[in-house]
Amino acid sequence: MSMPIVLKVSAIRKDSKNVKTYVFQHDLRAKPGQFVMVWMPGVDEVPMSIGWQTNTEFHISIADVGECTHAIHEQIKVGDRLGIRGPYGTSFEFADYDYIIGVGGGCGTPPILNLVQQAVKAGKKVTVIQGARSKDYLLFKDLFNELGIPDLKCTTDDGSEGTKGVSTDILKEMLEKLDKSKKTCVYTCGPEIMMVKVAQLCEEYGVDCQVSLERYMKCGFGICGQCCMDDSGIRLCKDGPVISGKLALQHPEFGKYHRDQAGVVIK
Amino acid sequence: MIKTRLLNFYLKSPLILASGILGLTASSMKRVIEFGAGAVTSKSFNKDWRTGHKNPSIVPFEHGMLNAVGLSNPGLDEMIKEIQLYKEECDTPIIASIFGRSIEEFGEVTRRTCEAEPDMIEVNISCPNVHSEFGQPFGDSCPDTAKIVQIVKEHAGNIPVAIKLGPHGPGIGVIAKVCEENGADAITAINTVGPGMLIDIDVQRPVLSNLTGGISGPAILPVAVKSVYEVYKNVKIPIIGTGGVTKPSDAIQMILAGSTAIGVGTAVYYEGIEVFRKLNEGIEKYLLEKGYKSIEQIRGAAHE
Ligand SMILES: Cc1cc2nc3c(=O)[nH]c(=O)nc-3n(C[C@H](O)[C@H](O)[C@H](O)COP(=O)(O)OP(=O)(O)OC[C@H]3O[C@@H](n4cnc5c(N)ncnc54)[C@H](O)[C@@H]3O)c2cc1C
Ligand SMILES: Cc1cc2nc3c(=O)[nH]c(=O)nc-3n(C[C@H](O)[C@H](O)[C@H](O)COP(=O)(O)O)c2cc1C
Ligand code: FES
Repeated sequence: MSMPIVLKVSAIRKDSKNVKTYVFQHDLRAKPGQFVMVWMPGVDEVPMSIGWQTNTEFHISIADVGECTHAIHEQIKVGDRLGIRGPYGTSFEFADYDYIIGVGGGCGTPPILNLVQQAVKAGKKVTVIQGARSKDYLLFKDLFNELGIPDLKCTTDDGSEGTKGVSTDILKEMLEKLDKSKKTCVYTCGPEIMMVKVAQLCEEYGVDCQVSLERYMKCGFGICGQCCMDDSGIRLCKDGPVISGKLALQHPEFGKYHRDQAGVVIK
Repeated sequence: MIKTRLLNFYLKSPLILASGILGLTASSMKRVIEFGAGAVTSKSFNKDWRTGHKNPSIVPFEHGMLNAVGLSNPGLDEMIKEIQLYKEECDTPIIASIFGRSIEEFGEVTRRTCEAEPDMIEVNISCPNVHSEFGQPFGDSCPDTAKIVQIVKEHAGNIPVAIKLGPHGPGIGVIAKVCEENGADAITAINTVGPGMLIDIDVQRPVLSNLTGGISGPAILPVAVKSVYEVYKNVKIPIIGTGGVTKPSDAIQMILAGSTAIGVGTAVYYEGIEVFRKLNEGIEKYLLEKGYKSIEQIRGAAHE
């Protein structure tokens, strides 16, 4: 039932200094924002968002940050296999909106790419703001171009590409000038500090917002309790990872702390 | 109608969230209460934090689930805080599940756990998925079980103590009797069964990082019902019947076998947290249709 399916990696893209994208030929039918558990046999199994997706393939983009992700970067070549469980969790909902603003930071960009891909297909107006440390860390320019996103904005901390600064600076400017006759929603995934800022800005300007959060995950299907948020107790693997910005802001741990693999609070 | 008396307290429902499921934080346990559980059991904890086994640590299969979480927990201090927080905000009973790597640690963890004033302490001596580290579970041995029950009772003051048993070892009826003779106030039966193994046929290796894990869910219901039946025959203390309860008829079987309360864990995977509400309704419907006024009237009826 929920045993992993084992899929061959059909291609690998080097997307930035520390991100590789693994391509699988499989009709996953994930909704934007959902995630899968990726199993590297003998090492670990880790949650990853689904990026680019068609009827015949899907991508996951993995940042090399620790033991399992490093093992995947080092050892997995085209033709090798990884176990996949899922898709799991809630998704970015966009049917009710005319205008979609995606704010992606670092390796939070894949689910934004997936959302934008579906939203463009549905004929929505789309703007994407991507923030990164520097030019070398910006992701998927070619794929965003392929979708014909005319409004692709970048910010870098060092000004090596796009605007120098952070993505929320641009978002603030946009929200100030927003055409209120269009039903707008802001979607964000990236560093939690950035998402707090995005959610707060949206509150301030009265615009709907959906955030995609990360917590340590074990089961991925809502029974172990490893990914629960204080104070509501919602499980981010099942009742998330995507929740409304409003709901996220009601959680005292949002932007403040999370729990590690043992369940110890990390501030 | 489904109100149940367990030792010195009343439960609004006989359903208790089993240890290891959604029991890591006060917020999570409080949420389970909102869905109709009569009490919650915390994740099992010991003195120091443990990261447990690597993923995959929990995999469902067609008839149940295999897990080797490996008793990961944030340790005594953090869990005491969570239990206190829960008690501040919720008056539905909470059971603190504890374990130790040595008999002495069981005593120390009990003593400290009392600070949080849980309504009951459940002692996990039957986890089957930490073999490589702990060896055979304490609950497989009558002398070890006796010593643990004694030391826990010595430190638990007036907080009642349930001992959580597995279906293995010298026979669950025999072990339950040892628990009762040494002062245990209740028995929780059963822990996961096995260990078992599942092999991925594409990768051609075991799916769990720990290779083996305990089996739970629908597959173990008959083992659990039989275990409760056996314990009920052997002891007078109340039983929290646990293992595979997913549908109302499963819960009713547990009561007929002799359970006072019923533990529910893996069913959350199949039915969502709503399972507590669904089971409550199903048990009540059964009692109404058969013309009973309370659960007490059918408890242990399968023995008559
Ligand atoms: C819903 C979700 C979607 C994600 N999507 C992506 C993505 O698209 N691309 C990407 O690069 N990363 C993504 N991540 C983060 C990714 O799961 C971690 O970077 C990865 O687990 C690190 O594993 P490691 O063994 O290499 O690192 P470790 O050395 O184990 O730890 C490094 C960091 O990763 C975190 N981590 C490790 N294991 C897990 C786990 N099981 N669950 C959650 N966090 C863990 C640790 O808490 C730590 O902060 C996502 C996380 C979640 C929860
Ligand atoms: C993921 C998972 C983690 C568990 N962790 C614990 C634990 O920490 N302590 C414990 O006593 N039992 C633990 N158990 C066992 C359950 O409490 C219960 O006894 C067993 O799963 C049978 O009930 P069920 O079929 O309703 O799940 C765990 C079970 C599962 C599935
Ligand atoms: S990861 Fe297990 S409940 Fe979310």
